[in-house]
Amino acid sequence: MTDLQLPAWAPWAMGIGLAAFIGMVALSVRRNHGVKRSLFAAPYTLWMFIFTLLPCILIAYYAFTDANGHFTFNNFSSFWDSNYIMRENLRTVAGDEMAATVARGSVNVDTLVYSLWMAFLCTAVSLVLGYPAALFMADRKMRLGPTLVVLFIIPMWMNFLLRTIAWMSLLEDNGLINAFLQWIGIGKMQLMYNQQAVLLGMVYNFLPFMVFPIYTSLSKLDPKLAEAAQDLGCNEFRTLYKVTVPLSLPGVISGITMVFMPSVTTFFIPRVLGGGNTRMFGDLIESTFKTAGNWNLGSALSLIMMVLILISLSILRKADPNGEGGGIV
Amino acid sequence: MKKMICALLIAALMLPVCALADEVVNVFNWEDYIDEAVLEQFEQETGIKVNYMRFTENEDMIISVESNPGAFDVVFPSEYMVERLFNRGELAEINFDNIPNFANIREDLKNPSYDPGNAHSVPYMWGTLGILYNTKLVDEADVQSWSVLWNPKYAGQVLMMDSLRDTMGIALIMADPENSMNCTDFTQLSAAKDLLIQQKQAGMVKAYGVDEFKDKMVAGEGALAVVYSGDAEYAIELNEDLAYAVPQEGSNIWVDSAVIPISAKNKENAEKFIDFLCRPDIAAANVQEIGYCSPNAAAIDLLGDEYQSNPVMNPSDEVIARCEYYHDLDETWLNIYTTLYSEVLSAKVN
Amino acid sequence: MKQFLKKCYLAIILIFLYVPIIVLIVQSFNAGKSRAKWEGLSLHWYQELFTNASIMNALWVTLSVAVVATIVATVLGTLAAIGIYSMKKRPQAFMMTVTNLPNTMPDIVSGVSLMLLYIFAKVERGYFTMVLAHITFDVPYVVLSVLPKLKQMNKHTYEAALDLGATPAYALTHVIIPECKQGIVTGALLAFTLSLDDFTISYFTTSPLVQNLSTLIYSATKLGISPVYYALSSLMFVVLLVLLLIVNHRTADNK
Repeated sequence: MTDLQLPAWAPWAMGIGLAAFIGMVALSVRRNHGVKRSLFAAPYTLWMFIFTLLPCILIAYYAFTDANGHFTFNNFSSFWDSNYIMRENLRTVAGDEMAATVARGSVNVDTLVYSLWMAFLCTAVSLVLGYPAALFMADRKMRLGPTLVVLFIIPMWMNFLLRTIAWMSLLEDNGLINAFLQWIGIGKMQLMYNQQAVLLGMVYNFLPFMVFPIYTSLSKLDPKLAEAAQDLGCNEFRTLYKVTVPLSLPGVISGITMVFMPSVTTFFIPRVLGGGNTRMFGDLIESTFKTAGNWNLGSALSLIMMVLILISLSILRKADPNGEGGGIV
Repeated sequence: MKKMICALLIAALMLPVCALADEVVNVFNWEDYIDEAVLEQFEQETGIKVNYMRFTENEDMIISVESNPGAFDVVFPSEYMVERLFNRGELAEINFDNIPNFANIREDLKNPSYDPGNAHSVPYMWGTLGILYNTKLVDEADVQSWSVLWNPKYAGQVLMMDSLRDTMGIALIMADPENSMNCTDFTQLSAAKDLLIQQKQAGMVKAYGVDEFKDKMVAGEGALAVVYSGDAEYAIELNEDLAYAVPQEGSNIWVDSAVIPISAKNKENAEKFIDFLCRPDIAAANVQEIGYCSPNAAAIDLLGDEYQSNPVMNPSDEVIARCEYYHDLDETWLNIYTTLYSEVLSAKVN
Repeated sequence: MKQFLKKCYLAIILIFLYVPIIVLIVQSFNAGKSRAKWEGLSLHWYQELFTNASIMNALWVTLSVAVVATIVATVLGTLAAIGIYSMKKRPQAFMMTVTNLPNTMPDIVSGVSLMLLYIFAKVERGYFTMVLAHITFDVPYVVLSVLPKLKQMNKHTYEAALDLGATPAYALTHVIIPECKQGIVTGALLAFTLSLDDFTISYFTTSPLVQNLSTLIYSATKLGISPVYYALSSLMFVVLLVLLLIVNHRTADNK
């Protein structure tokens, strides 16, 4: 584990890749008698190759090898059956009979399913809270939009970790909310160290990512459309439901993406607000790398995460083929 | 504006260069585990700059050491981690000629079973694993046994330690008092895991964590917490309702030692630093700051009666007799422990 | 009435967003260490903040990494955007996919993959590797903010400049870059903010020797966090707020 084994041809492959790249650049310069403008992207391309594509390839490589660099599917078997390696180990130290008593362990799969569920809840709550907020922000009669955008951005300047910790002082047994509850005579409640607290922390951190894209697409809408609908006899609710919401769909989809993705892989919030009672997939990846030191299994888990996200993104893209939603930018 | 950016850029690039310029020693120690004034004193006396870094768990520490070769000159692993680092060939042999103050260390802690021949480690602090409890909420009779952590009377009030060996060790003793905390019997380990899951699902556990719990206990956010003796001392000093007990079934006695990784770049400075820590006045200052027991006999003399009569800081021989060291597990058993513990952490609370 | 209800709703959401921050700022003035008890007003934690070497060091690391990463990313990203803009359709689409890739990767995966790269290349992790990582996640944002401005630009301006005798380099610096200045500034600001707030990627790409504020706070949370960090955070918050007001004021004046 201490030294990562790579095949002897790896440096060669990298060298050849680099040489091919430089060759292509040189060829292109010659053909165009001078520096072509598209070559301005060359340093960037090289950078992205080294720092984005290569690391992705490395993840895939480690996911399919064992600690000695041999090809294996064991990491994926371990994902499906978290007791897989333990069973193999028991076979050597305690015999087949003992090994046979170990059932399939579902730790990794369960954690993934749980994370997806939590991310789903977080996205749903953010959407329900965020859509009306975006709608009211975009309301031209109130002229609040730009100011509110700034007001939504400002909290994000407070360090993300500290913002989450601040919730602790509100939710603790002797925290402010409990002090208030006691004062009005309801009595103390256990607010922290449970699933609701984690959900609260996630919604708190990711809500602006839902509001911005929806606001952007709503404020681009032509107000005449809604007026026309009303002239044709739609009441306000029907206008909203038949005209405004469908037209803001690209923003909604973009918002869903921007909230769902970080929620699935969040790894700090469950520890602080959940007190380790709930573990999410991000925590699992982090502890596999940092505490167990198992690069190979950690890579496999990351790869599975990446593939899942790419699949869900491509599904969402289908619903928004032109990518009109846009982000904050 | 341009000039300012240039200046900032140059200054930023200078930073790592500056760090390399002087004589340094890179120290990797536990969180909250030294009197920081001692570091300044060392810098003043020797002119060696101390880069002080912190970790919270043995398991995280070893990964940091292995994946950042050359980054650390002095590290403070617990006894079983000394063993593991040594077995993996990652410890440098310490030149004891440079550490004359080693003579101050208690004889019974020299030449320990985890470092036979005592060539690679110098004890820094030692202590026990036990229960910190709030006397207003918990019966003193109850904490004489680890079973208090499973006692429905205290449901939702228990703060468990998120530490592989400690938590599994406690559960092993609970599964059968005859078990060693280094048990390698799968049936017992499996029973221990089931106990921990049962404890979690019965709603006994308020949270899993490490060092943050001493402050929670001081603030009254919990009735019982599994802690190391030094953290207990810290908390008791701040809140007189708190007390500490080492259950009768036995517990872990641990020794955190200074070691030098084989990849260390400043070995001589590291030895100077270790020797400095063994000086009686320095060891005494550290004990007073952090509340752990010192293995330094000369420092204990300096600290006087108040220290020697404090059962938390200075466990009696009777307590020591019922405790045991952790020993390192080989890769196979380590994987089995880790897998079982991971199942505990991921178990759902209903 | 309806307007009032709408405003109420927005106010509730804003209260939700701001309450923890206000709590944090108030607690930074608490004389005691406990989060639960108010022990009187004091500047104690602010004093301690400036004498705490590890926090000051981490602050310096955070700021310098953000500055360096922003400058490099802005240069690299602006050039890249110009390059991508003048590409043919196929390579352009490919480059856009590459640019969007880091956005679709979760932070933790980017962090882990960069860590594997450094370990693979046997590069000792620390300040330098953290800067490289920050540049990597900053660049795509610069590209994505400059590119739309280029697309808005009149295609013929550049050619007209060339026809009037400008060298391509002169045309670049005097025609193209001023045209997309706004996009460059947006991109740089975005890069700086992202870099300042990043935790996950820094966490995986640095060693315990080089801590930025986020990683320092992370290790402090395992310990039970000291109000010094509240003081720090409140201070940074106020500084950024003032900066924003100044920038806004200046742009308003220009108009």
